[in-house]
Amino acid sequence: MAALTSTLPLLLEFPFETLYVTSIIRVSLYVSIIAVVVSTLVSLPVAFVMGFTEFRGKQFFTSVINTGMGFPSVVVGLLVLLLLSNQGPLGGLDLVFTKEAMIMSQFVLATPPITAISLASITSVETRVRDAGHVLGGTKIDVALLTLKEARNGIATAILAGFGRAISEIGSVLIVGGNIAGADGVSRTRTLTTAIRLEARQGRYDTAIVLGAVLIVLVLVVNGIVIRLGGQEGLR
Amino acid sequence: MSMRAQRRREFLATLGAGAVVGLAGCASMRGLEADGTAEASSSGEEAGVAGETLTLTTTTSTYDTGLLDELNAPFGAMYGVTVDAVAQGTGAALETARAGDSDVVMVHARSLEDEFMQNGYGVNRRDLMFNDFVIVGPRADPAGIEGMESATEAFAAVADSGATFFSRGDNSGTYTKELALWDAATIDPGGEWYLETGQGMGSVLTMATQQDGYTLADRGTYLSMKADIDLTILVQGPIEGGPELLSNPYGVIAVNPAVHDTVNYDLAMAYIGYLTSPAAQKTIENYEVNGEQLFYPEALSADPNFQQYVPDGWRPSGSED
Repeated sequence: MAALTSTLPLLLEFPFETLYVTSIIRVSLYVSIIAVVVSTLVSLPVAFVMGFTEFRGKQFFTSVINTGMGFPSVVVGLLVLLLLSNQGPLGGLDLVFTKEAMIMSQFVLATPPITAISLASITSVETRVRDAGHVLGGTKIDVALLTLKEARNGIATAILAGFGRAISEIGSVLIVGGNIAGADGVSRTRTLTTAIRLEARQGRYDTAIVLGAVLIVLVLVVNGIVIRLGGQEGLR
Repeated sequence: MSMRAQRRREFLATLGAGAVVGLAGCASMRGLEADGTAEASSSGEEAGVAGETLTLTTTTSTYDTGLLDELNAPFGAMYGVTVDAVAQGTGAALETARAGDSDVVMVHARSLEDEFMQNGYGVNRRDLMFNDFVIVGPRADPAGIEGMESATEAFAAVADSGATFFSRGDNSGTYTKELALWDAATIDPGGEWYLETGQGMGSVLTMATQQDGYTLADRGTYLSMKADIDLTILVQGPIEGGPELLSNPYGVIAVNPAVHDTVNYDLAMAYIGYLTSPAAQKTIENYEVNGEQLFYPEALSADPNFQQYVPDGWRPSGSED
């Protein structure tokens, strides 16, 4: 394809206004990082409670979370839009087409993987530690603290997986964010993914590929961290 | 163990650094926004709208051609405001406005605009500019429509030949026009040859290029993309002497503040005033891509005009029948 062969020189030339691209990267990181931080604050307590207690419907709740990992982002975007729209229940907040709306939808998307992977690592650690801990005569709190310490690699993996899901999705941020960049070339709600779609829509595949390369590098960095981590403790 | 701890510490340091970089990015972005607002309020205090945001929902054609940035930058500077332009397609743009999620709409489907106005969601519509639609297709022209004077005959010929036709299929202004043309040609499009894409104009032109198909395009988007696609104009619109049926007028409408009291009506009217001003109309007239004019201003006329815009078939309430 001509677009592919013409991309290599473009990667060197970088045919964009620097401000345009840096502002897009900033919006992408800002939205995804905040969404993942909030998501983590919610997910970890849930994962801990589920990992340490037995209750009726736990199996069902776990499968709901696992299902959430595959929840289509475009549906999440639609639901968040209906929620935030002027006519919706949270319409008074006036959040449609803002970064906050994008954070909300990415929060919904990132929470299931973070919870599920954290839960998996906590559960797997707990079995071993509980045995060892009890053998050594530790209290329940000792066992919990030990679990947290042992599961921290798995939890970091979970957070990074949530980040990967957030930064690479397009369906929801396009609907609730609106892909807005100002006339001054500064992105307001335009992310790397929505910018790529815009370029592709206009037939500028070469510039779309350059933006794609930037996104892939960002995601690769994240995945590199995950893999390095996985090499040490592994995901169970 | 100490090696591992060391590596973990390194890893955490990397993570931390990443977070710091990310947050620094956010902070400086915040800073930018704050600076922007500060500047705006110091330079435009008298305007009373400085620092506010106008949400405009519009069609992909105004955005993708680059015209909107050209128009919005001076407006933003003039009032110290930001314009958030959401390019959606006419149907979606009006729907967003109907929900009160935008302040002003710029669209190109008179029938949908009329409905929007009739239902009370819009006020103070102004004609803004026009260009026209063209029927484009592969140079080989398997349906033999090149140079036809009638758009409906051309559509009928495409349907008869069974050549691929790419339809927007997305409730956009162009799709609305396309359906009106099929209707006028008394053809109910469907079958192997008729493909509804649900995509924007740019995507459809690209798809038609790749599959040697026909499509209906607004001249602006076609011209702005001409360098990237391999389609030729086979039936001209009225700008180049083609049928009036292919005219493509754009209108700008403020969302009715009596229906949605949350909309920024003042700023919407300022925007409409600006767009229909001699300066902005001149910008529209002078805007060129690849040396070709894409839009023609339509807001100004020296002739007297005593009437606000009235939708087709509208009668004031109380005068039914």
